[in-house]
Formats: sequence, structure tokens, C-alpha cells
Amino acid sequence: MTPMRRTLGAVGLYTLVAIVVFVSVFPFYYAMLTSFESGTDIFLVNYLPRAFDLLNYQQVLTQGSFVRNIFNSIFVATTVVVISLFLAVTAAYALSRIKFRGRGLLLLTILSVSMFPQIAVLAGLFELIRGMGLYNTLFSLIFAYMIFTLPFTVWVLTTFMRDLPIEIEEAAIVDGATPWVIVTRVFLPLMWPALVTTGLLAFIAAWNEFLFALTFVSNNDTRTVPVAIALLSGASEQETPWGAIMAASVIVTVPLIVLVLIFQRKIIAGLTAGSVKG
Amino acid sequence: MARVKLENVVKAYGDVEVLHGIDLDINAGEFMVFVGPSGCGKSTLLRLIAGLEDISSGSMTFDGEMVNTLSPSQRGIAMVFQSYALYPHMTVFENMAFGLSLAKAGKDEIDRKVRDAAEILQITPYLERLPKELSGGQRQRVAIGRAITRDPRVFLFDEPLSNLDAALRGQTRIEIANLHSRMAGSTMIYVTHDQVEAMTLADRIVVLRDGRIEQVGTPMELYTQPANVFVAQFIGAPSMNIVPATVTAGEGMSQVAPNGGSGAIPVPLAGGAQDRVSLGVRPEDLTLAAEGEAVFSGPVSHVEQLGEVVLAYLDIGQADTPLIAKLPGTSRIERGQVIHLSADPSASHVFDAKGAAIPRAA
Repeated sequence: MTPMRRTLGAVGLYTLVAIVVFVSVFPFYYAMLTSFESGTDIFLVNYLPRAFDLLNYQQVLTQGSFVRNIFNSIFVATTVVVISLFLAVTAAYALSRIKFRGRGLLLLTILSVSMFPQIAVLAGLFELIRGMGLYNTLFSLIFAYMIFTLPFTVWVLTTFMRDLPIEIEEAAIVDGATPWVIVTRVFLPLMWPALVTTGLLAFIAAWNEFLFALTFVSNNDTRTVPVAIALLSGASEQETPWGAIMAASVIVTVPLIVLVLIFQRKIIAGLTAGSVKG
Repeated sequence: MARVKLENVVKAYGDVEVLHGIDLDINAGEFMVFVGPSGCGKSTLLRLIAGLEDISSGSMTFDGEMVNTLSPSQRGIAMVFQSYALYPHMTVFENMAFGLSLAKAGKDEIDRKVRDAAEILQITPYLERLPKELSGGQRQRVAIGRAITRDPRVFLFDEPLSNLDAALRGQTRIEIANLHSRMAGSTMIYVTHDQVEAMTLADRIVVLRDGRIEQVGTPMELYTQPANVFVAQFIGAPSMNIVPATVTAGEGMSQVAPNGGSGAIPVPLAGGAQDRVSLGVRPEDLTLAAEGEAVFSGPVSHVEQLGEVVLAYLDIGQADTPLIAKLPGTSRIERGQVIHLSADPSASHVFDAKGAAIPRAA
């Protein structure tokens, strides 16, 4: 390759990277800009910061039950992640390491659960939740979110566990380990990268979910943030409080960014460590 | 330390039978080596003894106690795996202590046993390191150390040296031999496809082929009295020459004449005259001879000079299997030259048409 073509290649690559970054970051950037503006400024199109006013944030955090909604979201998403990972790790051990009839079929069934559109299962799920007496509680959401978190956590962890060297498990068996000990003391420490990745995805999915959260909960105090933001209302029926909505959106995005930044280090470190041979 | 006894042990996966009725008696404190080509079932047999897989039929006892359905830890075995199989997230100390801590051993006992084992294997300086910070040889020592700390009734080794480079392999082999004498009579079962490991380590060797035992015996028994052509050719390098031959009975002494040869070898065989037998002679038992006394004569098709010895490949008209002779390194032999070889009668083997050794008359 000539130096000329190499330069052109580099330019092309970085142009593409720039486009990807711009497309993914711009909406959030614009939301931030807007969240610092107030009054009619909001309706003027500008791409550079013009004002820095925390009024919107103050409004969102002090009026209504938004803070409560944030804690609801944290509670729901965290519980979903913990339960999903627990069920998925135990299921993955069985599905990857124990031979039994119908294992492939079972895996396919688990995957197919995630095929149904949310709207298709909404009515049935509503009846189920009413029947279990969970309606209008956060547990209804925790229960419902498992429908889309479990299929992929089970699948990803099963694949990951299948690739762990069988000798390590056999060494543990020789050492007298029960399946529970193998999962918790031998496999779990080796699975951090997979656990962090799937846990993060499950957290984000639960954090952002809207349709179930709108349907299964009817109190302002039990709502999660996506619904709370959508239902933010202004002083009158005609006014949509864009500033407050943008401020709330920024507030609820920050935890996700922080989580990803904290764990990205772990993901990278985990992927390179833990080899058996060498 | 335990006596391991297998009776008519069969292993089948579905309809495919991979071990066909294995009978084997391993004495307490013995170093037993399973050897054979890949796919012969030697590793499967080891895993059956370990309890990692269940036997399909037959019985297995340790010191007379039936262990067919016991788990590996109930059997009291320890195993060293080819790939080391250390727990990557645990330090060397934790790796070696894991089995003891699962067995609810006291903290002092764990500490003492791990340090004793580390002392034996000279890995004390590495106790706080992770496996990824160790070299291949050190990792394999940790794996052996993990086995020692469990104080097992039977040690199992599954090709433990295959992942090491040649120099380290020789060194570790000696360490394993020392370990066996130091552990004063612990029963060890060792699987390998390397006949040098088998010959140097074993008290007795089990040669396996296609899920059957071909012969069990001390290394020298296998070398000097192979039960059949397979064992004869498997033990020793280069492998034994097998040449079709004819036996004519004589007074107390049979004359074995190789087809295409130029003479006969007197061997005291139990049976009478037979044709279609095979004569087996190891390359090292062939010597240069005068033309009149030679058993084999022919042009040299290939020469390998190894320094201490010369390997001469002799074309004696047997399809594409040349006769190999291991001659002193000082021999001057050139390609194309016709040479004459005689065979040591006491080291000549005769096999019948099915490949089984024809016993010598007492």
C-alpha cells in the first residue's frame, strides 16, 4: 500500500467515526442545550450554548414526584438485573453443562419468548398481573421486564459458560465441589465480563421501558422515569414544558453513562484475563 | 494408597462401545502407565477410574470397596490434567487449598499441607501468584501440588507433559519419578502416548488398542517378550522390523527363515513347522556380518546418521517396508551399498499368522 492510499484510508476511517459519533451524540447534546434554556429561548434553534440556567432542573426536582420516580426506576432496574442474572447463571449451568433430553428445544423456546412484540402480550400480561395482585406496584414491572431480559441473559451466559474449559469444572469435581460450588466459586469469578455486559444491557432495557410501565402502574408515586417524563405537564393544558422534559431526560441519562464508564474498564480487563493454557 | 481392580469394565456411548471388557489389577503403590495410539481408550479408562464418567457395565473396586457409583472425591482420587486446569482467578495457594477447604479442613491443616506440597515441588516463592503469572512448567507443578495436598488414594495423570516443551518434559518426567518414590507407595496411574515416558516411569505398562488391553507387563517384559506384533512395534524406536518368514522344525531348535532373506535364525520354538509366520527383530539387534553368515542382505535405500548410531534402511524386497538396522555411529555406510546383516537369535521374535507371539520352548 502506498503512503497516499494509507492516508486516504485513515481519512475515510476517521470521517466515518466522526459521523457515527455525531449521530449518536447530537440528540443528547441538543437536549442538554435546551435544558439550560428557558422561556421562548427554547424555540430558537441554536447549536452553541447561549444560556446557562438551572431553573428547569430545579423545577423538575422540586415539583411533583420526579425524585421518587428516579428511585422507583433504580429499584426496578436493579432488582431486574439481580434476579435475571441469578436465574440466568443457574439456568446457563444446566443448559450448557448438563445433558438432558430437549435441551435444544428448551433453549429455542427461551429465545422465542423474546420474539413476541410487547403490545401482543400486553393484555394477557395485564390479566396475569391483576390475578397475582401486583397491579400498580413496582413488582408488576419487575415481573414483566423478565420477559425481555431473561432470554438474552440466559443465551449469552449459556454460550459463555459453554466456552469455559471443561477441565476446570472437572478439576473442581475432583476437588469435591458440588454444582452450586462450581457455579458460585469457580464459574462466577470467570464470568465477570459476561455478567457485566448482560447486566448492563438488562439494566438499560429496564430503565428505558415505557409501554409496560405506562400500563401496569397508575399512580404518580409508583411510576418509573420514562412514563413520568412523558406525563410531565406544564402550567396549562396547552403548554408542553420542553425545558423540564429536557432537564429530566438529561438527569435520567447520566446514571447510565456513569454505569457504562465504571464497567467498561472491567469489561476490557475481564476479556483479556483468565486464560487457562499459555 | 489403594489397590485398584477392574473387572470386565465396559464403556459405551449410546450404541458405540469404546472399551470392551477391561480386566486389570493395579497393585497398591504401583506406578501404572496406560499407553497406546490416540483413540485407543486410554484416557477414557482413566476418566472411568477417576469417576468423571460412569462405567456402562462391570465392576471397579478400590481396596475391595465397590466404587462404581461414587463421585471422584468420594473415591479419594486426585487428577492432574493435560491443560493444568488451574482456577485462573485463584492464587497458587488458593488453587492448592481449594479441595481441602471444600472438605472443611482446619485453617492450620490447610496451611501446613499446602506448604509441604509447595516445598516438595519447589513452588513456595510463587504461592501468592496467579496462574497467568507462571510459566507452563510451574503451572503443571501447581496442578501436581493440588493433587498432593488432597492426600489421595490414587493419583491420576492425564498426559501431564504433553503441553511442555521437550527440555522441560524430560525434567518434569524425572520429578514425577522422584515424586513417586518420595510419596512412599502411593498408587499412580499415568496416561501417555509417549513410549519414552511409559518406559521410564512405569512399574508396569498397559498397552491398549481399540478399547482392548493388548498386554500388561513391566517395561522390560514388553520390550523383551511382546505378546503380539502390535506391542512389539509400539514399544521401541525405531519400531521392530516385522518380516514374513517360514519355520522349519529341527531337533529342539526351529529354523526361522525370513522370506527374501539369505539365511535362517535358530530359535527354540514350542510349535512345529509353519509357514506364514512373521519374524520380528529390533533394529538394535541387527549387526553387520560377513556375507556367508548373514540373514538379511540388500542394498541400502536410505541412511540416517544420528551421531551415536546410524540408521540404515535396507531394501530386502518387502513391498515398501524397508528393514531398519541401528548400527554403530562409526559404521561407514552409503546409500546404494549392499550390506549383510545377522540377527541375534536370543532377541528374535516369531509371531503366528494372527500376530500373536509363538512362545519359546522352555
